[in-house]
Amino acid sequence: MVNELLFFMEVLVGGLLAGTMYSLVALGFVLIFKASATFNFSQGAMVFFSVLAFCGFMQDFNIPFVLAFILAALLMVVVGLCTERFVLRPLMNASEDTVLMATIGLGYVLEGLAQAAWGVEVRRLDLGIGDFPVPWIADNLKLFISALDITAGLVATIMIIGLFLLFKYTKIGLGLRAVADDAGAASSIGIPLKHIMLLVWSAAGVVALVAGCMWGARAGVQFALVDLALKALPVLIIGGFSSIPGAIIGGLIIGAVEKILEVYIGPFFGGAIEGWAPYVLAIFFLLYRPEGLFGEKIIRRV
Amino acid sequence: MKPIFMTYTKKDLINLGVCMILSVIIIPTFIKTEYWYTSILIPWLCLALATIGQQIVMGYTGQLALGAAGFMAAGAFAMFNLILRVPDLGFVGSLIVSGLIAAAFGILFGLPSLKVRGIYLMVATLASQFFIIWMIDKFGWFKNYDSSGIITAQDIVILGKPFTTPLAMYFVCLAVTTVLTLLAMNMARGSTGRNWMAVRDMDIAAESMGVSLLRTKVQAFAISAFYCGVAGALFAFCYLKSLEPVAFDIKLSFKILFMCILGGLGTINGAFIGAAFILLFPVLLNAIGNNVFHGAIDATIISSIEQVIFGLLMIIFMIYEPLGMAKLWENLKQKIKSKLLSSEVKSLESSKIKN
Repeated sequence: MVNELLFFMEVLVGGLLAGTMYSLVALGFVLIFKASATFNFSQGAMVFFSVLAFCGFMQDFNIPFVLAFILAALLMVVVGLCTERFVLRPLMNASEDTVLMATIGLGYVLEGLAQAAWGVEVRRLDLGIGDFPVPWIADNLKLFISALDITAGLVATIMIIGLFLLFKYTKIGLGLRAVADDAGAASSIGIPLKHIMLLVWSAAGVVALVAGCMWGARAGVQFALVDLALKALPVLIIGGFSSIPGAIIGGLIIGAVEKILEVYIGPFFGGAIEGWAPYVLAIFFLLYRPEGLFGEKIIRRV
Repeated sequence: MKPIFMTYTKKDLINLGVCMILSVIIIPTFIKTEYWYTSILIPWLCLALATIGQQIVMGYTGQLALGAAGFMAAGAFAMFNLILRVPDLGFVGSLIVSGLIAAAFGILFGLPSLKVRGIYLMVATLASQFFIIWMIDKFGWFKNYDSSGIITAQDIVILGKPFTTPLAMYFVCLAVTTVLTLLAMNMARGSTGRNWMAVRDMDIAAESMGVSLLRTKVQAFAISAFYCGVAGALFAFCYLKSLEPVAFDIKLSFKILFMCILGGLGTINGAFIGAAFILLFPVLLNAIGNNVFHGAIDATIISSIEQVIFGLLMIIFMIYEPLGMAKLWENLKQKIKSKLLSSEVKSLESSKIKN
């Protein structure tokens, strides 16, 4: 009995921590959605692009870790700059769906560029944090929890607290929220729209880089990261598109439910149900609470 | 334009005639190499058919769906099992029934469209993509307990005659595509299509005019999935000649989405233009890579470049012409027509002055 409980705890905690990895990806989506009401479908591609560049700087040019990270972050700022100038600004008055499709195109461009520049083979990323159970926890609590999971959880918590404070208490955050609410009104009272967009896209790029590092350390830096990032979509639906705490709660729910279903129900169906279980969970959420747990209620005017 | 046959104008009938002569007589007499049939014409017809399915739900009804490949997989594997287990049904019967099975999935996964739209709906339809592929992969029955993972498709036999040469398969695809395209055009022009477009342009207004949202949306999803299912069956039996779930992954769904958007949302001919472009462009790039640079550029780099160009085109079209290539073609025709007209007017004027 005790063993079963321990096993359940282990599955649960493992799932929750793995869920924070989804939260990290979802965070990038939320940032852009919150500030521009644009759904950035290319966030997954940004994760892939940034971390592949990071690996490329380190492994092909032998640039030290910290410098490579800074360079990759700067690269993401450049990507943000180009996106703002060449994609978003011309589409300022286009419908939401049009912008969404343009970001799908942007995702293709980023994936293609990353592979053209750095090649298609899987790269290993060593952060110096092992993906194996922490001995101290294994000995004292009898739970096998990976060090990488704990790091991801910590990083996600720090980023979320930081972003939450930024949005809530700084002038920039107020500007961001104003732009999201009504871009036209915000620019008419003197909020520099271009700077806000640039800032948000750069921040989303850096968040993507951090998420990419975590995922890359676990699964290798490869194209499959783009598909993994798709799983951030159910996270967003559950948490709500415009809520930063929603991103983390959604991630935790998806992570935990996915692991528990996989371990306890999966064997009856031949396993690998975590490929679609999050999406089905998201459908149920859509039917009962389309705005998500923390999202703002969508009111459509006729 | 006065209709001369049922509701078709002279222009419609001429277009149909030209297309039929081109595809039935001219192409088979002048194209002899198998490569053209097996690698270009057959996949083009199959993917164009799937794109019509995507058009119906996305271009006409305005529902952002991203799961065409899932429905294609459902159609393809339904076809395999029907031929295997119910041989009496025949090829055409199996094709129709597998389309209907795909349509059932379409209805199931189209239901969320009643509640949500835009990106939310996209996520709900992604569920269909992943669920269908997983289901086929995990339950051995669908694959007839084949352990290799890749099953060879059965030969196509219609009324006791085998259709195995590339040319014969081309005709099978052509016949199915022609019938379904005409049907789609009819639906798009008739009250069905008007309802779809009313829902797309403003669902609340459509509802208050008495258009049932439930019926229209579910109908659009079902018909779309039917088209995708038939296209998937043809794709597997005529083009791939094998069945594996991996062939119908999310990448194919994105490809069909691109064909639909670049071709031109809300047009049937856009589906053919878009499919041709997405299919032929990589061929062209490879040819340039091989002949101009003599293989100096790595194949992976060429495919990356292709991806970048597709992405860029998507952005450019969204900015400058959200209605896609079909609209560009329309504009071009309009321009030529007005040029001709103005030159006619000028010549008339000049002749008047002379007199």
